[in-house]
Amino acid sequence: MGKKSAVVIMGVLALLACAAPGVVWAQKGPVKIGVITPMTGAAAAIGKDMVNGLTMYLEQNEQQVAGRKVEVIVEDSQGKPDVALTKLRKLVENDKVHVLLGEVFAHIGYAMAPRVDEYKVPMLYPVIAADDLTQRKPAKWVVRTGWTSSQPSHPFGEWVYKTLGYKRVAVIAMDYAFGWEVVGGFQKTFEEAGGQIVQKLWPPLGTTDFAPYLVQIRRDADAVFALMVAASSLRFPKQYQDAGLKARLPLIGGGTTFDEFVLPSLGDEAIGGITPLIYSAALETPENSRFVRAYRTKFNKVPSYFSETSYTAARWINEAAKAIDGNVENNEAFLAALRKVEIPDAPRGPIKLDTYGNPIQNVYVRKVEKKDGELWNTVIHTFPAVSQFWKYPPEEFLKQPVYSRDFPPCQHCQ
Amino acid sequence: MAGARRLLGLGLVLLILGLAPYMLSSYLLALLTQAVISAMLAMSLDVLLGYTGLASLGHAAYLGLGAYSVGVLTTQYGANFWGALVVGIVLATGVAMVFGLVALRATGVYFLMITLALGMVVWGLAQRWVSLTQGDNGIAGIPKPDLGLPWSFATPMAFYYLVLVGFLVTYAVLGVIVRSPFGQSLVGIRESESRMRTLGYHVWLHKYIGFIIAGAFGGFAGVFWAYYNGFVSPTDVELATSVEILLMVALGGRGTLLGPTLGAGVIVLLKNLVSVYTQRWLLILGAIYVLTIIYAPDGIVGAVKQLLRGGKAMALRVRAIG
Repeated sequence: MGKKSAVVIMGVLALLACAAPGVVWAQKGPVKIGVITPMTGAAAAIGKDMVNGLTMYLEQNEQQVAGRKVEVIVEDSQGKPDVALTKLRKLVENDKVHVLLGEVFAHIGYAMAPRVDEYKVPMLYPVIAADDLTQRKPAKWVVRTGWTSSQPSHPFGEWVYKTLGYKRVAVIAMDYAFGWEVVGGFQKTFEEAGGQIVQKLWPPLGTTDFAPYLVQIRRDADAVFALMVAASSLRFPKQYQDAGLKARLPLIGGGTTFDEFVLPSLGDEAIGGITPLIYSAALETPENSRFVRAYRTKFNKVPSYFSETSYTAARWINEAAKAIDGNVENNEAFLAALRKVEIPDAPRGPIKLDTYGNPIQNVYVRKVEKKDGELWNTVIHTFPAVSQFWKYPPEEFLKQPVYSRDFPPCQHCQ
Repeated sequence: MAGARRLLGLGLVLLILGLAPYMLSSYLLALLTQAVISAMLAMSLDVLLGYTGLASLGHAAYLGLGAYSVGVLTTQYGANFWGALVVGIVLATGVAMVFGLVALRATGVYFLMITLALGMVVWGLAQRWVSLTQGDNGIAGIPKPDLGLPWSFATPMAFYYLVLVGFLVTYAVLGVIVRSPFGQSLVGIRESESRMRTLGYHVWLHKYIGFIIAGAFGGFAGVFWAYYNGFVSPTDVELATSVEILLMVALGGRGTLLGPTLGAGVIVLLKNLVSVYTQRWLLILGAIYVLTIIYAPDGIVGAVKQLLRGGKAMALRVRAIG
């Protein structure tokens, strides 16, 4: 036969050889947890934090969940939606995991949700904050154990107007769903309280050079609200200071701008930044102090909210599995149990899910301060039991469109 | 007889590809589907790279145009498979016609850079034209292909066969094109442009048509890509994707249609299976590329041909791509 065809046949046979279908007869084997996070790429350090949080809980729990051994399979999504989807396929179809967990980026969260629903394997989203996943586009099999992007922004917006007294705020935020939603929540309550957003700048996700944006910031505002993530959080404060803005315009923003993930790499330029989030490593409760101490000892760094939410997510899986006597093979029962879990003493405080599947939890307003030569997010105010809808009745809230670039509209922008 | 043997070989290959769904686990079938779509994409680039000798670093643009056509039309306008397919191909072809006018003013490295820039233009549009493309969020929830035929293409197996049909169409049409006098002229242009010119061939027109054909089939593959993932985002159009397509062609063996197919298969397998065992899979992939360029510049196909010919020891050859 033709040489070319011979080559193709050899190639395809090689592929089929890999297909060796090992028929593993599953008895009550280990509980398999599939983890999808970026382990390489720009968000690799976040993925590492998440895996650390998860493994620390399992270690403390003697590598078992509801009395059964645990097997954790970590897959690298590389921060890319199509890779995440392929790994999702692998974990469900190949590895037959009982529960999934992970991911960082909202857009990947949206991409995976319909697929997770198709597979009927519960997936925990401890970090992904895309509002609509528990609002207008709920996915039945996605259990959000983290937060929504706008959840901390709602109480913060009011608080900034009433307590900090800023009346006009300029916004600079990452141009993607997470950025739009964090800003949207802030704008809604800030403007309802009487404030005005006078400017909105949207640098693309991953921007590291903010010069073109910093020159545009209106100097007549009272403060600047900055929403940065990952590598941008590392670069922004210094550039803000170097542009001479720190001296004139106080910096507030979304929690990820100054979270524990980036604080160790920042210097004095971060001091004074006020942001809201569902967690702070500086939170002074016995549970959190224990958690921070254990994490620091094991991994030599302060835990971020990525670590905490993953740690708590592992505990969440354990609690749900215990509630159904470890019978995680029954996916419907497992999902129902996951949705009923309540944790009164997580490191970040008490958590339980609302009827839409998002945690009701404390929101902490934090201020970056230096203590013993380290930067910490000192908690200066606590809002207890905040839901994703803040004070609005859910049906009313859901009538408005999801926060986006254009919603709420910038009525006071020039 | 060579003709009969080739037909037999082809038949056997089709048989294996056709039976694959019954022999593979659903995950491996998904990978195979991905490999076949990547093969279509790589073949389309090979028309430009292997046959015409023009290396393009912007080919992901056409993948993106086809994929985004599906994304936008199916989620916002309720279009079915045929509507999205036609628009995807027409859009990719149209853009190729425009880009070709710009890029073909240059050759060699300059051509490479211009195609890179043009690819970035499409990426930039995908990322910033948020009202149309949803920007970095991408377009999720692309429904399964609806062909208006009595059987559904929602199951992985049915979808695989649909993709296989697309692959065969690509293989057949491109096969006819590259074996035609036109295709031979492209090869001539690759070997020596000046000589072709002195022989009276309209070199620029040949290159332009080749460029358009590559773009059109790139869009065609892009349509299947969007349906496969159910999702399209700017990462599908970024430079790294263009480079990967180029590498599939180089690894497999340019100047053939089989080479890119093999290269696509190898790279998809490597990316997905190796990354399970180590986080350093990129290193392994890189090492394979380097070794291929040094020891098998004609890719896997070239290397195997040489082996089958009972060739002498492979000499170290340094050959630039393009």
